[in-house]
Amino acid sequence: MQVNLVNENSVIIYFSDTVCAETTDEITYACQLFRSELNDTLSDIVPSYTSILLSCNLRKTGLQNFVINVRRVLNQLGNVGLTNLVRNKIVLPVYYGQEVALDHRDVSLHTGLAFSEIVKLHTEECYRVFAIGFTPGFAFLGNTPKQMTIPRKASPRLNVPKGSVAIADRQTAIYPSQSPGGWQVIGRTPIDLLDDSEECLSKFAMGDEVRFESIDKQTFLAMGGQL
Amino acid sequence: MALDIVQAGPLSLLQDLGRYGYQDVGVTPGGAMDTHAFHWANKLLNNPANAAQIEITMGPFKACFKQATSFALCGADVVATLNGNKIIPWSSWFAKAGDILEIGYPRQGLRSYLAVSGGFFCPKTFGSVSTVMRNKLGGLSKKGSKVANGDIIPFIAKVQPHTRKVPQQFIPEYKSVINIGVLTTYQFHQFSTEAKKTFFNELYTVTSEIDRMGYRLKGKPIEFAQQSFVSEGIALGAIQIPANGQPIILMRDRQTIGGYPKMGCVCNRDLNILAQATPGTQIRFFEQDLYEAEAELHQEQHYFFKGNNDRDY
Repeated sequence: MQVNLVNENSVIIYFSDTVCAETTDEITYACQLFRSELNDTLSDIVPSYTSILLSCNLRKTGLQNFVINVRRVLNQLGNVGLTNLVRNKIVLPVYYGQEVALDHRDVSLHTGLAFSEIVKLHTEECYRVFAIGFTPGFAFLGNTPKQMTIPRKASPRLNVPKGSVAIADRQTAIYPSQSPGGWQVIGRTPIDLLDDSEECLSKFAMGDEVRFESIDKQTFLAMGGQL
Repeated sequence: MALDIVQAGPLSLLQDLGRYGYQDVGVTPGGAMDTHAFHWANKLLNNPANAAQIEITMGPFKACFKQATSFALCGADVVATLNGNKIIPWSSWFAKAGDILEIGYPRQGLRSYLAVSGGFFCPKTFGSVSTVMRNKLGGLSKKGSKVANGDIIPFIAKVQPHTRKVPQQFIPEYKSVINIGVLTTYQFHQFSTEAKKTFFNELYTVTSEIDRMGYRLKGKPIEFAQQSFVSEGIALGAIQIPANGQPIILMRDRQTIGGYPKMGCVCNRDLNILAQATPGTQIRFFEQDLYEAEAELHQEQHYFFKGNNDRDY
């Protein structure tokens, strides 16, 4: 694995050319190791589908030393394997009712599947967090079953409601806050995904396992969901 | 003990050096756009390097000191007055209780940094004061709101024994044609020889689509063969080349990941110059050695953080 310089205090490491659960596992584990081994020389870490961007604090280390330490951790990663990988499991309740599944018609039309079938497919799969970005706590989850593949909307919505569960290509995601967005909305979760009182801010972390569970309208409202 | 904002202007934001350690959950670092001016404003007042300031984009700006204090103004070339008496940027001044500070529209440059002795007192959200409007984080409200007319921004009144000036050689000139150093990293080597030649030989113009997230440039398009690209972490100063071939330079409030190929990164020193560039400014790119750039940044940080308590940042 190569450590590529990026700027005065950052390097990027590419783990693979393909987006898959194995790559995600490797990256998740590497992130855990980097955090524990690089301590306060590490200022930021940005994992994504196939890479990790690492930034160092130049008041604690020089770039050359940082690269040496990053290589050392990577060697360690090769020796230990993924046996120690800690993986969070999250089950998220979703109300798939028509009044919140804003794009249920388009999704059914495009896939040729009844919306009940879409819900079944969406809840049967176990997803992994491949990356987090776009907005705080916006997790890119994959892969969705092939039958429900659908492109993004031709023109994005200006305001996707908070908690909206959506699909695009072979991925699914939840909008943690109201924002513009072009994904096809199929439901809504009553769960708050952002917590600015907590140290972790986001419910999701890279590599987490996520499942969706269908709930009825009453449960959705009882859990604090907003229509 | 506060600054009363009479006229906030189009975009005034409380800023420090940024919010670190949350990019893995999609939170942008943010922070002062021109760290050179920001660092000097705190240095003039013997403040901690990360003490909160007001970043005033454009202007006009008007405020009243409710208590006597020392303050500093760095950055854009502006006409500024204290009770109608002209004051010059890149220096510190005394203000008495009731004094009115007015900052006009810049003649050159884009952003002014206003610091008070001890820094503005503002609660931190996730370790930083920095206001990121898009992420609804930071600032007085902690919810990402900009400084507004009628805001009362607290500080602990403290008058420094002297006023000071930044030595002339450290005061940048904001020219209409600027040279910008590029670290040839990321996908630089995957671009064709022709594309690299275009990038370094042509002039690129700063468009009006510039904000704290990114600066969109316009010039001869740069071609890149590969169409789809897996999203990866975006470092400060990354030069994205989207399908239309027009470069976008990613600044402090950038998104954390993105799926465009990148020509490399603008070096830190020249990002500060770019942060002051107005639409129409022309850019000539040149290749900058990475380790030289790192040494320069290292030296700068050493100077500005000297004697500082690190735990604050």
